[in-house]
Amino acid sequence: METQSSYRRFLPVVLWAAALFGSYFVLQALIAPFVEGITLSLKIVLDRLREIGTFLLFILGGLALIEIYFYQIFFRQPRNAIAAIVTRLLQSIIALVVLMSFGYFFELTDLVRYGEGAVGKFFRAPIAWLSALQSFLVNAKIATKDHAAVLGLSIVVLLILVTFGIIQWFSTKKNSRLGLAYLLILPAFIGILFLIIYPFLFEIRLAFSNASLGTQATKNASYGLIYGWENIKTLFTSTVAKDAKFFDVFWRTILWTVINVTFHVSGGMGLALLLHRPMKLQGFYRTLLVFPWAIPTTIAAMALRNEFDNRYGLFNILLGDLQNWLATVSQHTASVVAVGNTFAFLAQHIGPVSWKQDPFWAFISILISNIWLGIPFMSVIILGGLQSISQEYYEAAEIDGASKIQQFRFITIPLIRPVLTPAIVLGVVWTFNKFDVIYLITQGGPQEKTDILVSSMYKAAFQFYRYGFTAMFALVIFIFLLGFTLVFLRMTGGLKSSTD
Amino acid sequence: MTTLTKNAKAPSANPVSRAIRWFFYRGHGDSPFKTILVHAMLIVACIIAVYPVLRVITISLRPNDTLLTTSLRIIPENATLNNYKEVLFGDATKHRKSDFFLWLWNSISVVTITSVVSVILAAVSAYAFSRFKFPGRATGLVFLLTTQMIPAGMLLLPLFIMLARLKMINTSLGLIIAYAVTSVPLTIWTLKGYYDTIPVDLEEAALIDGASRARVFTAIILPLSTPALAIAFLFSFMGGWSEYLVARVVLQKNEIFTWPLGIFTYAQQFTVSWGQFSAASVLIAIPVMILFLYSSKWLISGLTLGSVKG
Repeated sequence: METQSSYRRFLPVVLWAAALFGSYFVLQALIAPFVEGITLSLKIVLDRLREIGTFLLFILGGLALIEIYFYQIFFRQPRNAIAAIVTRLLQSIIALVVLMSFGYFFELTDLVRYGEGAVGKFFRAPIAWLSALQSFLVNAKIATKDHAAVLGLSIVVLLILVTFGIIQWFSTKKNSRLGLAYLLILPAFIGILFLIIYPFLFEIRLAFSNASLGTQATKNASYGLIYGWENIKTLFTSTVAKDAKFFDVFWRTILWTVINVTFHVSGGMGLALLLHRPMKLQGFYRTLLVFPWAIPTTIAAMALRNEFDNRYGLFNILLGDLQNWLATVSQHTASVVAVGNTFAFLAQHIGPVSWKQDPFWAFISILISNIWLGIPFMSVIILGGLQSISQEYYEAAEIDGASKIQQFRFITIPLIRPVLTPAIVLGVVWTFNKFDVIYLITQGGPQEKTDILVSSMYKAAFQFYRYGFTAMFALVIFIFLLGFTLVFLRMTGGLKSSTD
Repeated sequence: MTTLTKNAKAPSANPVSRAIRWFFYRGHGDSPFKTILVHAMLIVACIIAVYPVLRVITISLRPNDTLLTTSLRIIPENATLNNYKEVLFGDATKHRKSDFFLWLWNSISVVTITSVVSVILAAVSAYAFSRFKFPGRATGLVFLLTTQMIPAGMLLLPLFIMLARLKMINTSLGLIIAYAVTSVPLTIWTLKGYYDTIPVDLEEAALIDGASRARVFTAIILPLSTPALAIAFLFSFMGGWSEYLVARVVLQKNEIFTWPLGIFTYAQQFTVSWGQFSAASVLIAIPVMILFLYSSKWLISGLTLGSVKG
């Protein structure tokens, strides 16, 4: 029953998608004779679906095998002594082969180099066996070259399944309270292991190398502590990307983070407090106010870049209008000397600015953009926190004669702290690391005067190809952020409630 | 004493002063003055929030010869849909084919798969984190949060080199892998927080009645946490949907560009075609924004219920 209803819930989505794609292809077929130029065709769609399907099958199949393996470790116990020996032996063999494959994967992705000796042969053995199997299949005319890989893999999978079958047959059921928990977190854990831990280790290794475009990334790179020292020295004494020095960029990053988060939190708090009352049109305002969050960042950033144009951008048009208005007013009030002079003074000093060429204004422009983009998120979070506070507290405070400010200070702030603390921590970390806005609006220019650490790092890696240096750079940033977060959480006791 | 206060609070005889008094101070709720002030401030905030978005639409409607203008009108003079036509159907005179749907399809396929996989992985492991007390649980949770400290570009470099070694640069699979990195840990946290708010009694009752853990999970937990799952999916989807920097590193061929890379080809030609850029932006942004605003009623519950407990 339940499964059926959940199918039914997803059915409309699937049908909508199918209808959308169906009508697209029908329309395309209809207009094809008249318009040439639409490149998406059915063939491309099917190709991509096949590609992704294969990929998913691969991942899910692999995960399923690993899950079965651990299921048997947690939930099955051998019937007798002989069975125990056989089972453990088979399980150890599987584990060993998997570890060997990992070793091969490490070498394939250049984390380590085993060389041509016995170690290398050992780790390459499973792959050597697999390719031997494939070439056997081809030579014995069982499969063509194209199908040999698939068939070879299927045979391996079949072998593993047979092994699992044997283990299953030799064992009886066992209860395990914790087994299920580990089985449940296993897939995510494996994903994180491969996609976060492994690249992280790779990064550390890279930090102690001289990898760059000249060494063809890691291909001809040399490793050693001396290179790590070189990288650190370059980082702190030389330029980080092209023009900027580390500490200039560092302080600018701190400034960027502090200003952004301050404005995000106070702006978000202000909007949330305005919205959090019985009022008409609340839903309407809320919808409009999340616009900057809802619009894709790329588009918003490019649109804002346009608005910072010196002549045709919104900001300079408005500033120009303001200047004209002030000048007019100063002419009209010229009879009252003091007022007229004040306006004339203002008209002289307020006016269009060069957002692109002046480093200060360029920095202001990215700040404006990022503040505009970030306030809705905070206000939604804070509004949610406010709505979860029971109204009774305020009524009680009202009776006790507490002022609005006191109520805010002693009821609202403490009660939304569980929401606010993680939001601020994540806000700081995200802002510190958020450079797509900078990259899209100023490219860090002029003369890298608006770069923050992360955007300098991106440039060092993908414009100047200084890989080893970038890795060390990233490591330094990471250590700094980690330290900040630990100190902040220690100070606020923020996550205690969430981890127990 | 009592008579004095009574006198002070007694309604003034003069109707004007009574009205003014009522305007600024009403016994309960907000006074009309405050209401007007609140609405005024909110309207200003809304204009600030919405106007830049409207300007994108304005630029997309401008005819090519008046693209650069200092006019602030929302609907430009001689408004035209020409830019939309060129984006959707290509431009025969400039020999430019329309890759718009191709980019859209690339984005949809990559981001959907990433989000589905990461939400499934996260939903399952968040359940374990929420309901079981196992050794390594607290460490695991803190570790997941620590991964958020890793600068975005930091894992990008090793991933880039790894993908290059595995010959997955310039494939959409490479991009799927690169995107999957970022979303899983935070999704686990969000969902774990949400599961924590679902009473354990429900499950215990079901378990006593003989239901298996799997059935408890699919029949009780998943249906109850639909809002959180939707939010997790939406977050992961939105995160990948407008991502530019990672995609720029991993993809270099026009055929597999996602739309953020795609619309930048409008901005990178000799003459930047802002009109077409904006038209494409509008076409992409509108469905996403509708989806986002439609689900915003879930947003609040999904985001905050997790972190506020008892």
